[in-house]
Amino acid sequence: MPQLVELKNLEGERSEFRRRAAIAGLFVLALFAVLLGRFVFLQVMKHEHYHTQAEANRISLVPIVPNRGLILDRHGTVLAHNFTAYTLEINPSLVRDLDATIESLSQLIEIAPKDRRRFKRLLDESRKLGAIPIRTRLSDDEIARFAANRYRFPGVEINARLFRRYPNGTLASHVVGYIGRINPKDVESLEARGLMANYRGSEHIGKTGLEQKYESELHGITGLEQVEVDSGGRAVRTLARTPPVSGNNLQLHLDLRLQQAAEEAFGGRRGALVAIDPATGGVLAFVSMPGFDPNLFIDGIDTATWNELNNDPDRPMVNRALTGQYPPGSTYKPFMALAALQLGKRTPQYGIHDVGFFTLPGNSHQYRDWKVGGHGFVDMHKSIVISCDTYYYQLAFDLGIDTISNFMRQFGFGARTGLDLEGEAIGINPSQEWKQRRFRQKWYVGDTISIGIGQGYNVTTLLQLANATAIIANRGQVFAPHLVNTIQDATSRTLRQVLAQPLRRLDFKPEHWQTVHQAMIDVNTPGGTGHRAFADAKYLVGGKTGTSQVIAIKQGQRYDASKIDERHRDHALYVAYAPADNPRIALAVLVENAGGGGAHAAPLARTVMDFYLLGQPVKPIDGPANRGNGSASGGGSGAERD
Amino acid sequence: MQNAIETLWRRGTAHIDGPLMIAVSLLLAVGMVTLYSASNQSLDRMEGKLFNIGVALAVMWVVANTPMAQVLRFALPAYLLALALLVAVALVGDVRNGARRWLDLGVISIQPSELMRIALPLALAWYFDRYESTLKLSNFAIAAALFVLPVGLIAEQPDLGTALLIASSGCYVLFLAGLPWKVIFVLGAAGVASLPLLWSVMHDYQRTRVLTLLDPTQDPLGAGYHTIQSTIAVGSGGWFGKGWLEGTQTHLDFLPERTTDFIFAVYSEEFGLLGNAILLLLFLLVVARGLVITVNAPTVFTRLVAGSVTMTFATYAFVNMGMVSGILPVVGVPLPLISYGGTALVSAFFGFGLLMSISTNRKLIKS
Repeated sequence: MPQLVELKNLEGERSEFRRRAAIAGLFVLALFAVLLGRFVFLQVMKHEHYHTQAEANRISLVPIVPNRGLILDRHGTVLAHNFTAYTLEINPSLVRDLDATIESLSQLIEIAPKDRRRFKRLLDESRKLGAIPIRTRLSDDEIARFAANRYRFPGVEINARLFRRYPNGTLASHVVGYIGRINPKDVESLEARGLMANYRGSEHIGKTGLEQKYESELHGITGLEQVEVDSGGRAVRTLARTPPVSGNNLQLHLDLRLQQAAEEAFGGRRGALVAIDPATGGVLAFVSMPGFDPNLFIDGIDTATWNELNNDPDRPMVNRALTGQYPPGSTYKPFMALAALQLGKRTPQYGIHDVGFFTLPGNSHQYRDWKVGGHGFVDMHKSIVISCDTYYYQLAFDLGIDTISNFMRQFGFGARTGLDLEGEAIGINPSQEWKQRRFRQKWYVGDTISIGIGQGYNVTTLLQLANATAIIANRGQVFAPHLVNTIQDATSRTLRQVLAQPLRRLDFKPEHWQTVHQAMIDVNTPGGTGHRAFADAKYLVGGKTGTSQVIAIKQGQRYDASKIDERHRDHALYVAYAPADNPRIALAVLVENAGGGGAHAAPLARTVMDFYLLGQPVKPIDGPANRGNGSASGGGSGAERD
Repeated sequence: MQNAIETLWRRGTAHIDGPLMIAVSLLLAVGMVTLYSASNQSLDRMEGKLFNIGVALAVMWVVANTPMAQVLRFALPAYLLALALLVAVALVGDVRNGARRWLDLGVISIQPSELMRIALPLALAWYFDRYESTLKLSNFAIAAALFVLPVGLIAEQPDLGTALLIASSGCYVLFLAGLPWKVIFVLGAAGVASLPLLWSVMHDYQRTRVLTLLDPTQDPLGAGYHTIQSTIAVGSGGWFGKGWLEGTQTHLDFLPERTTDFIFAVYSEEFGLLGNAILLLLFLLVVARGLVITVNAPTVFTRLVAGSVTMTFATYAFVNMGMVSGILPVVGVPLPLISYGGTALVSAFFGFGLLMSISTNRKLIKS
């Protein structure tokens, strides 16, 4: 084997090889120097940067959503509370193939098409990286099944979440409102107010009712947990924790049993009722019928139910007490009487001879009284008790529109009452200036006449009417009515009173109040329009019937309910306060398209007052059976609108 | 009795190169320590690695005790066999993970490219040894053809990383065999010029890897994920590291393939710049000893084999650490002696066996 013999070979070739080997060695040194340089760059110069990134990898800041505050009625009955349930959630940023993951999850846990649709929708509108629920309210069985297969699903987790619940369903739904998922518009508004940080992790926000108005009290302060997570996003251990602060509880003036009595008293009819404590401005009952189930809205209502609610001719989503605007009808007359007394236009004794209609000087057009042939001699007391129209046509003419308008403003007509709910309607307290602004038209004297009986351009909300009635009841004290009585601090348990703002005092002469009070009391005595409903009442009631006209009746025609489409029939109205000597409750009630106020609205007032003052159980109302009651006011039946 | 043991020891270690063995053992120790952490203290993995080391040591011992004359005779047949298997792979190989690299032999599946890694430098060294006295430029051309063929086949599989590494081992042989400098410069220039051509024949995933290297954040959850996470691991290690078993990137599962190709990120995170410097030093020790053996090798064949084995070892170490620290694209190259994996360990020790055979046979001849 000649090849293996130690080579004698030329020194030159040998040294050339050594040189090349040395170059190779230097080459390796150079490569390793590059590596060392890279290490110094990463580990010394950029260490801070990469250290931060490693920590960001490792540490996840998990917001802890606070318990939302409860909503309780005046006796502590729960209107809104929370419960814990387990949800299956997917963190889309940690899942490569969402569809495949959902598909294999559905082998373990039932995932309905509805759940998938909701997940897709939430995914589309999700505003941050984070887990999105695919299934809520997992059973123990399902939790166990997932736990056993958890390793197969990185980025999928089960979380205990708080859910809002409205245990009373439709009851008081227009007061409580509901929470719903935070949408881009909410985010915008939260960002504009600099509140977004506190909503990290929150998924819901108050959308309507008290849930909306008191959002800042109810939400609470979001806590923060620093957890160490693995690459699958799963928490390994907790490093630090700032506990959340629960939202504050709201305790209302509202009496849920009274509310229930009132809602049941409607017996399925449409309408609204507002009852206020005249001494405090606290709202005792706030009814808009029909209501809706707020539980449907929390996690997004499905389209079918939404359409059903939206297309329901009874319009359950409309808050009639807050936003419904109705002509006050004859319930306006006590306020007109007060105006006459206070402004010196009438004495209680001054009377007219009512022949059944009123005409303007030099005009043959007849403004008719509801009673054909008239009431004969009518003074102020009688005008209220039997609800004479002619008396108030004349009075309105004598006062003039701007005088009426200025006076009525004191009772809150034509302005928001300041109730603690969003979206209150303003109503219309018409004046010359108003008509010019609204219609670019001159005010005609004829416009003034029907204002006297609460028709014409005049519209109010039931809330305004109840509030104005409370002002009569407490002889001039004006409050901004309030639903919430106290706010309870969730941690310290201390109570904070939400005082109804005493806005102003109407300094009318006591004898003027007395005159109107006495007349309103006598409305409910034999001969008065509210007599039937309050027969044998165990307390003294001041009240006034009203009928709010839905369509105009042509000159020379009479109102005949049986010939008119049901939804064009008159609304029945009633305002009342009791006990008359020391009022504890003042209310306004309207039943849509029911007919006369004395027959169809006053009985509801009776039921509510009996319940509140005597604690009597609710009696079913036999509404239609009371029809044709002769003592009902037909206040607007002959009146005209322009 | 004591004499008998002594004799046995001397016989057993006669062909073991002391300095090389010490350097290699230190690297193996580093590997074990790191693996323990990288595997989340899995004793199974430790046992597996110990077994692999045992097999590799046995292979090394056998090779070290094989005279290089024997190896010389097997050089060409081994090369031809490996080439035949590569052709077979190209025709009937199994496709795994989108690449045709495996050949199913019924009992076992093999990756012929692993065999070629050893066979190619041996064959080239054999060739230059044979034409030693009459070396001409045309010899270099033929030698180049000897390695272009298998490298081409491997690149086609596609396995660009392995192809380039095998090509580099061939280049080292050509360089050490005395390829004229003029040619080196011309080829180097041509190589740079042909980069666009290489780009045009690359597979999409290979292009993605290269692009990802330039900007890993382009695809943080896809191709860039490995690089981003390993770079974070290395960088967050700092001067002295986070401490053994304390690496958060490692233990919270952010590092992919952390017992195999990316084990250096684990080491680097836990032992920092200081640890890295020590590791580089240990690798340099092996390389230095290899080069000493190379220059002292008695024949052209042994010189070229020793040089190629040493340089290839250094290249693997460089490419792996470069890839983990984000200066080279992600190619499937393990860190020699540290990464978990039997095949790579055995082929590394096969190379050490060759070095030892060369170093100790020379001594024997001298004595």
